[in-house]
Amino acid sequence: MNSKPVSGPHVLTVRRVDAIMFKVVVALLPAVGFGIVLFGLPAFYLTVTTVAAALLVEAVCLNLKGVRVMPYLSDGSAVLTGLLVAMTLPPWAPWWIGVLGSVIAIILGKQVYGGLGQNLFNPAMLARVALLVTFPIEMTSWVDVSPLFTGISLADSFGITFGQSYSLDGITGATTLGAVKTGFSQNQTLSVLLSDYSGFLAFIGWERGSLGETSSLLILLGGIWLIRQGIIQWTMPLSVLASIALLSTLFFAIDSQHYLSPWVHLNSGALMLVAFFIATDYVTSPNTPLGQIIFGTGCGTLIFIIRTWGGYPEGTGFAILLMNAVTPLIDHYIKPRIYGRYRDGKPIEIQNP
Amino acid sequence: MNLSILLSEPYRKITRDGLWDNNVVFTQHLALCPLLAVTGTATNALGMGLATTVVMVASNGTVSLARHLIPSEIRIPIFVLLIAALVTLVDLFLNAWLHELHKVLGLFIPLIVTNCVILGRAEAFASKQPVMLSLWDGFMMGAGFTLAMVALGAIREISSAGTLFANASVLLGESFRFMEITLLPDYRGFLLTALPPGGFIVLGFLVAVKRMIDQRIQAIQTTTPIRSVISSDTEEEVAP
Repeated sequence: MNSKPVSGPHVLTVRRVDAIMFKVVVALLPAVGFGIVLFGLPAFYLTVTTVAAALLVEAVCLNLKGVRVMPYLSDGSAVLTGLLVAMTLPPWAPWWIGVLGSVIAIILGKQVYGGLGQNLFNPAMLARVALLVTFPIEMTSWVDVSPLFTGISLADSFGITFGQSYSLDGITGATTLGAVKTGFSQNQTLSVLLSDYSGFLAFIGWERGSLGETSSLLILLGGIWLIRQGIIQWTMPLSVLASIALLSTLFFAIDSQHYLSPWVHLNSGALMLVAFFIATDYVTSPNTPLGQIIFGTGCGTLIFIIRTWGGYPEGTGFAILLMNAVTPLIDHYIKPRIYGRYRDGKPIEIQNP
Repeated sequence: MNLSILLSEPYRKITRDGLWDNNVVFTQHLALCPLLAVTGTATNALGMGLATTVVMVASNGTVSLARHLIPSEIRIPIFVLLIAALVTLVDLFLNAWLHELHKVLGLFIPLIVTNCVILGRAEAFASKQPVMLSLWDGFMMGAGFTLAMVALGAIREISSAGTLFANASVLLGESFRFMEITLLPDYRGFLLTALPPGGFIVLGFLVAVKRMIDQRIQAIQTTTPIRSVISSDTEEEVAP
């Protein structure tokens, strides 16, 4: 039987899960590629390992669940989760960090709730926070920029990801946010701390940071492409970015030596990635435009609060998880108006002409 | 006293209920506060479990003894007073003779009063049943609770520190030093399971395992003998 409508003004679109996931992955690839160029082959190995582990764990879970593996595995959601986990890791992290991240994301973040569409928390952020809490040293070892094929030999780069130790380390240092957090605790002012900070380099991503988070430019381009494709709504990223920009502008205007400028905030850490690719997760964010604005503003505000006054230099993961937990509440109170009824559910009176 | 009475039907049912079918933690999901608070290591879990068991046996016994004297309108305050007195005794006892353990569990011992299981068993069982059955119920519920506590504590301790029953000699005396095992020398430690969220996660998995086993048992029991002979091979795959 042909299910396509035969007459009338119908527009046929293919919006299947795998198509959406594929487009999101494509939008992420430039940032991942840039991360690999920036940090060399270890970053590539880590990405491949993490994605492969995500696929494997997903297949095992689906098998245990007793459903046919291939149709679900090929929807691409596991690839996307693995890729997002890899992007939030330090580029020279050992392979088991990536594997463990995928295991946490897929099993604890997704499958225990019942699989795709059932999870309360964003799997990738859950994995990132669990890893950060559990392995604080590995998760905060940021390697200096060492572009592909320039620094280390092929064998050494293999050893960094799969070897036992960090003996052939590149030079490591703190990220901008980490350095500022440490500096503030030593009563230094921003003009000293950010003396060699380049706003332009931070924007294109030529700085220390997580594997796929450094380049604001490429993530921004990917995100805008997704908005143009209709995969994500502009409300969510805009409300995240606007709220943090507004707050940081306000505090920067009050005291420019002790509060980071909005430009630093916007181009540091995982903010761009979170705004465009994590907060917009269909499953764990509110459904209505107003709900999304509340969610995004909450995320941005929490990120600013944690970055500025919290114990961790970066708070995007925590902010997302906290707002994920509030999402059911937002969806409970913010409901779209039903056609023919007022917002409170009462029917609109019919007025006879 | 003739111990074979413990094998008679009401006692066997109480035993089965306490340890498995109606386990305080895995089935009733009660007592989660002490459960998550002190199961960082297996030793602490064991200490807390034993202390709770002692209180539970004593409270079930006293409540059952006094069950005809207690007016039902004010039974709850009386139960609470009884339990509070017993907990105070245990607290002082631990402080005097097991001071090291008391330092670890100190905060949580008075909280045994608020452990809903003890009041729950007093209300649901001891206030309606004869003394011997109530004592046995308190003991078995406590044993089931201890079992769950130790299981959770062991998993959390192994995964977060690589040891099992560390400092058990402090709790049980020098002769129990053999229990202290280092399973994974030079273990880096999966810190998450030592933290409260890790406790919830591990508990969730344990409850899931328990239900899985129950379903298996049920599947075997509901299969008629004839069918099980014919399809004993395929049954394994059908069971979840």
